[in-house]
Order: sequence, then C-alpha cells, then structure tokens
Amino acid sequence: MTNVDDRPGGPGRGGYPAEKSEPRETIEELKARIPGWGADLDPADRPAFPREQSLESGAHWDIPDLQPELVPRERSIEHKFLPPVFGTAQPLKGLSGMIRAYAYDRFSEGRVAHWMLLVLGDRVDVVESRFTALAQLKPDNIITETGILAEFKRDGIGSRFGRNRTDTKHMWLDPVIVAGPTVLLGWVAFRVIRRLAKG
Amino acid sequence: MRAMVYRGPYRVRVEEKDMPKIEHPNDAIVRVTRAAICGSDLHLYHGIMTDLRVGHTFGHEFIGIVEQVGSSVQNLKRGDKVMVPFNIYCGSCFFCARGLWSNCSNVNPNATAVGAIYGYSHTTGGYDGGQAEYVRVPFADVGPMIIPDDIEDEDALMLTDACSTGYFGAQLADIEQGDTVVVFGAGPVGLFAAQSSWLMGAGRVIVVDHIDYRLDKARTFAHAETYNFVEYDDIVVEMKKTTDNVGADRVIDAVGAEADGSLLQHATGAKLKLQGGSPIALNWAIDSARKGGTVSVMGVYGPVPSAIKFGDAVNKGLTLRMNQAPVKRQWPRLFEHIRNGYLKPSDIITHRIPLDEIAEGYHMFSSKLDNCIKTVVIPPSAA
Ligand SMILES: NC(=O)c1ccc[n+]([C@@H]2O[C@H](COP(=O)([O-])OP(=O)(O)OC[C@H]3O[C@@H](n4cnc5c(N)ncnc54)[C@H](O)[C@@H]3O)[C@@H](O)[C@H]2O)c1
Ligand SMILES: [Zn+2]
Ligand SMILES: [Zn+2]
Repeated sequence: MTNVDDRPGGPGRGGYPAEKSEPRETIEELKARIPGWGADLDPADRPAFPREQSLESGAHWDIPDLQPELVPRERSIEHKFLPPVFGTAQPLKGLSGMIRAYAYDRFSEGRVAHWMLLVLGDRVDVVESRFTALAQLKPDNIITETGILAEFKRDGIGSRFGRNRTDTKHMWLDPVIVAGPTVLLGWVAFRVIRRLAKG
Repeated sequence: MRAMVYRGPYRVRVEEKDMPKIEHPNDAIVRVTRAAICGSDLHLYHGIMTDLRVGHTFGHEFIGIVEQVGSSVQNLKRGDKVMVPFNIYCGSCFFCARGLWSNCSNVNPNATAVGAIYGYSHTTGGYDGGQAEYVRVPFADVGPMIIPDDIEDEDALMLTDACSTGYFGAQLADIEQGDTVVVFGAGPVGLFAAQSSWLMGAGRVIVVDHIDYRLDKARTFAHAETYNFVEYDDIVVEMKKTTDNVGADRVIDAVGAEADGSLLQHATGAKLKLQGGSPIALNWAIDSARKGGTVSVMGVYGPVPSAIKFGDAVNKGLTLRMNQAPVKRQWPRLFEHIRNGYLKPSDIITHRIPLDEIAEGYHMFSSKLDNCIKTVVIPPSAA
C-alpha cells in the first residue's frame, strides 16, 4: 500500500476553487515579451469567424464551365455527377486500375471496403510500376529513390541517437516496408523459376 | 519538364514529364519558382494516403510565375508572380459560397468528404502538384493571388499552407484572453499555431514534441514553454499538473496520423494502416483539455476509422473543431501581421535544396535529420 502522502498525483486533500489559476505573467509582461500579443483578441479580427460567411471569391460564373472528359473518369458514387473540374494525372490502368475502379463503382466512401480496396490498388500499382519501369529501361534505383545517402550527408547518426527521440524505436520497420515487397517478389520469382527449371 | 514523382512508399525520384496543359478555360499554367515540403507530404511519402498512384507529383505549397492562362481568366496574366493556396476550389458551389473554401464540391470526383488539394493523391482530386517546374492551376481567378510588393517570396510561400494553417488552427481553438494553450507537435504547423495563439491573447502557450531541436525552436521562435514527452512517464498527467489539475483551456493537435508515443498505436495506425492514422496525439489532446474546453485538430487523418477516445470528449463536454485550412481567407490579416513585424514566417525555413535532390530532401525531413523543420525546393528553371 502506498502511503497516503506518497500518492502518484501528489499528497494531501483539497478542493478545486472557482477561480482560474493565477496568471504567470501580467498582460504588460506578455506584451513586452511577445511581438503582437493580443493583436487578434477581438474575434472580429479573426478571419476564420464566423465559419460560414459569404465572401468575394473571384468566381464570375454560377456554375463553372465543364472541363471535357477526354478519358472516362472514375468518381465516388456519392457524387450526383462528374464535377466540372477534376485532375487528369495518372489515369487508371492495369490491374491496379481495375481494383480502384471497382472500389469507386461498388462502395461508397462510408464503407471501409472502399478504402481497403484503394490501399490494395496502391500496393499492386507499386509492383506493376516496377515492371513497367524495367520494360521502359527506367528501372527503379533503391539507393537514389529512398534518398538514403542523406544519412551520410545529413548526419543520420548524430541526428538520431542520444537525443531523446522515440521514433528510433520503430526505425527498423521502415526498411521492411521499403524493401519487403521487393524481397517477397524476388523470392516468389525465384521459387517459380526453380520449379520451372526442375520441370 | 522536371518533376518529382512518387515511386512507392519511401521512394521518390525526379523525372522528365510532359508539360501540364490548359484543360479548362479558367486554368492557368504556373512556372514554379519555389515549392516547399509539408508534413502532409510525409503521409503521402509513407504511403498512408489512399489512391496514391505511382508517377504522382506531390507539392501543395508553391509560388511561381504565370506562364499561360485559359480563355476565361480575367484576374491574372502571363508574367504575374503568384502565391497559390494549397486548396483547389471553384468559388461558386454551395460550400464555396459560404466561405468553406477548403471544402469545395466542384473539384474532386474521387471523394465527397474532402475538397481538392494540389499533388495530394487521387483521393483529393488527382491533380499533380508543384514540386516540379510547371503546374496546372485550376480556377485561376479564384485561388491564386498576385504576391503584394512588400511581401517577400519565402514569406508568401509559407502562407500557402503552414503559416496560414497554424494561424487557422489557433483561431479554431476559441482562445480567450489569458487561456492556457497546449500545442501537440512542433513541426511548422504547430510552431505557427503556438505563435498565433499569442496573437489571440493566450496567457500561456505550451508545446509538446519529442524532437529536441524542434522544441528549441518552439522556445525561441514561438516563445513557448516546452515538454519533451519522452522525458515523462505520462504526458497527460504532466499537462494536468502544470494547470493545477484543471487541464488546458485550449488544445491544438498539430501532429496527425503519424503520431508517435505508443509503439502499438504507431505501428497499427501509421505503419500497418489498420487505422486511419495513429490517434495518440489526438487522444492526448482530448485528455489534456479541461472540461468544457476546445480541441482544435489541424493534424490530418486517413479515411479509415481510428481509435479516438470519443467517450472522454463527450463526458468532458469538449468542443472539437477542425478542417483543412481555407488558407486564402487568412491572407489579408496575415499580411498585416507580417507588415507589423509580428510574424516572420520564413524564419522557419531550415533547408533550401534543388529539385533534383528531392529524394534526399524527403528522407531528411521524414527522418528528422540535420535539424530539419522546413525545406524549400528550387526547380532548375528558377535556380
Ligand atoms: N488541416 C490542414 O489544413 C493542414 C495543413 C497542413 C498540414 N496539416 C497537418 O498538420 C500536421 C503537422 O504538419 P507539419 O508540417 O507541422 O508536420 P511535421 O511532421 O513537421 O510535424 C509533426 C510533429 O509532431 C511530432 N509528434 C509526433 N508524435 C507526437 C505526439 N504524440 N505528441 C506531440 N508531437 C508529436 C513530430 O515529432 C513532429 O515534430 C500533419 O498531420 C499535416 O498533415 C494539416
Ligand atoms: Zn501542407
Ligand atoms: Zn466550390
């Protein structure tokens, strides 16, 4: 049993008062120490309030012109229509494209399946892209792409150790995430080739 | 043109890419003169954002010169030097008409739950971003603004996201004179939020992180008290002790989905993606706030559920406020604060690197090497 005066939260008994705690610094002290202290004390000076207000936006249309849909564009089934403007970077392709299209066509944003399929699509895309990059003679380079050489140029060791940071505890996970899929793929390829070679 | 592209988790490279084209009459093409890497980009870099396609160009913090404009553009012309808010928005839909400029419905086919952001995966619309020589800027009459003559480029660059977001976060915290404000996270957003809390009249500002050089910056740049949570058995108890066991009036989460502090939560949330992000910092925020207090969430979380302690938030009667920051709304007031010498956003920049070295830049920022806080990227055509 802990002694009543050695309790973790501190010793003794008491009651909570109505007043705010004593300020540590007076307003004069704060103003002297901090440039601009209190400049936005009046909520009327805070541009985020009220949250909803009608502001001049620069738009000179009621409904924007419709950007042409040159390639069929996937969209959330929660949308009434394809919005007027959209990004056209990296259109769907390959197996990852089929997975992603299915996620969009079949599940709303409210469903975990929608997001998990998109995560799966992302992983498949990475594998597919490794092969297409090879085929295009622009192979991925694990050294330059991971920027790992920054470890030497930017004091990897000194930045990390003896500095009371907690993320060093899970650092070992990072190479697993980076190299894991490659290692796994290599191993599968190795097994397949060996089986084929054995006939 | 040269552009940074995503190649898979923790892997990016710089490639030769096609020039962006005008795809809509209100588009502009901007030649990027400076871009920055944001903590949000780390969620992409680590492969946490969904529908992130290989070949995607990141970058939602950039300034540049207008190269070309579409047929309906009235407010900009070739040669204008512009700052571009990270949000893409139409200015006219239900949400934009109400000032919710980060929540536009007319720009993102892929999701209705989030507006559009430059270079931030297909979940936010599938637009390539500004860590490149050129970028397509939709709704050129709505988003971009010509940089005022007396505002320096790098200050303008910081206003395209980090500074405006920190300032917005402090506003959402409902700070009243004399309040005690706790900010979790001493990255750019947290540092700017801490600095802004004073503008709103805070009586105490406390910043919590585990990276020593960032806590140093919180003391010098943001004039805050600091706690390294690694030095304490339980940071929540520490926050209670320092507030006479009442709790902080206002708490700001400037950490988001990759919070550290519990190996289990970090591994399941940030690494294995079993949650929409690691909820450690947000839960600490909920636990550190006083009853009836406000928690302002600037940290970004994924769309999959996370283990948030909602019961405590209910029982404590907390007000939870959050959004992607509608950054352009903050600009006029922030220009005044810069002119008055209250804020100097570019003081947060620690590194300036050529675009072609961006892979090492990402590694440095992600691993918090070389006292990195904010990295500016310089495209070859602007060097
Ligand atoms: N809402 C918006 O509009 C908006 C805009 C920009 C950035 N963000 C988000 O804000 C967050 C911060 O951005 P940033 O650029 O400052 O990123 P950053 O990665 O530089 O900073 C995050 C900081 O949090 C610290 N941290 C990790 N776990 C912590 C914990 N449990 N308690 C306290 N600190 C902890 C890290 O050490 C790091 O210093 C990110 O999630 C980013 O996506 C949101
Ligand atoms: Zn950002
Ligand atoms: Zn809109």
